[in-house]
Amino acid sequence: MPDVVVRKLVVQVEEVFHEGGPIRPEPVKRGSVLAVIANPYAGRYVEDIQPFMEDLKPLGLEMASKLVDALGGDASVVEGYGKGAIVGGGGELEHGALWHNPGGYAMRELLGGAKAIVPSSKKVGGPGVRIDIPITHVNASYVRSHFDAIEVGINDAPRNNEMVLVLAMTTGARVHARAGGLQAQDIKGEDGLR
Amino acid sequence: MNAEIRRIITIVEEVRDEGGRLVHPPTRRAAAVAVIHNPFAGRFMDDLSALSDIGEELGDILPRRAVAALGISADRVESFGKAAAVGADGELEHAAAILHPKLGAPFRAILGKAAALIPSAKKRGGMGVPLDIPLGHKDAAKVRSHFDGMEVRIPDAPRDNEIVVAIAITGSGRPHPRIGGLSKDKIVGIDGVN
Repeated sequence: MPDVVVRKLVVQVEEVFHEGGPIRPEPVKRGSVLAVIANPYAGRYVEDIQPFMEDLKPLGLEMASKLVDALGGDASVVEGYGKGAIVGGGGELEHGALWHNPGGYAMRELLGGAKAIVPSSKKVGGPGVRIDIPITHVNASYVRSHFDAIEVGINDAPRNNEMVLVLAMTTGARVHARAGGLQAQDIKGEDGLR
Repeated sequence: MNAEIRRIITIVEEVRDEGGRLVHPPTRRAAAVAVIHNPFAGRFMDDLSALSDIGEELGDILPRRAVAALGISADRVESFGKAAAVGADGELEHAAAILHPKLGAPFRAILGKAAALIPSAKKRGGMGVPLDIPLGHKDAAKVRSHFDGMEVRIPDAPRDNEIVVAIAITGSGRPHPRIGGLSKDKIVGIDGVN
């Protein structure tokens, strides 16, 4: 069982007050946490990579709790989420897919009954590459006001033999959301979609 | 409040491994970044004191955010730095007016002592321009283990009529410093240099 070797952790919180419209008394917060880890499968083809998903679960939980703390410590304020992975040049896109299970698990553990699928993106790239982490409402994927994305990246990661794992959370809708569609207060909350 | 703030971004980085060797305890640093409206974008003004007042305000707001995010008491901060990026319709002198006359005093007041010159960088650029915030020891500029820099980058700022203003602090020097020079235990601490 490979160890999870963490080189670096980055936590970022944005407070959005306005984007040209009315200034909000309380800003919407958009946060992300990134972990740079060694990719145990870099540089060779390994058929059975699934055990690493289990290995990543404790790191996922650590990342999710750091992010909730950075957003003020109360998981109930989190309204949107997303996740992603960047695999360094020595690895495969498939290695990034290992993050789906532990990344989603970690956020659901902390957020309680979050029903919606956690939207995700992944790519292979070099140090400094940016990735757009898609965001949707935690209980109903179709809530239009909460469709969003957070661009993240780290100037010196991922190196060839590394992966960057990302979790993202928001505390509200886009700052001046007014594009209609399903509203958060109209969520039925049965299927995670509406 | 003088500054018209669109958003504030707070970033914490923790390095646990560098050069394949554990960093124990991890080195940690934080940046706080404000995206503000540039009241003088697109016109030449002789008197830039309004920008210096904004700098004074941000010299209080941003270090408080960064210290809180780092989770240590302000007197344990070891190094500091500041930087600004002016959008396309502004002048480099606008960045200077924010950074140099008044931003330092409240920044120093939060950290205590902090006699050293605050290292700084400025530039003009478009949205997403990377900003390298130089870092140096807050009590003695010559402490070689603390010469460093932190890159920050806001994907949607500065717009043409905006300025990105950033400060950074650390709770340590570089990971595995080993190039000699003045060490922090030899600081005299009178002139801010030695």
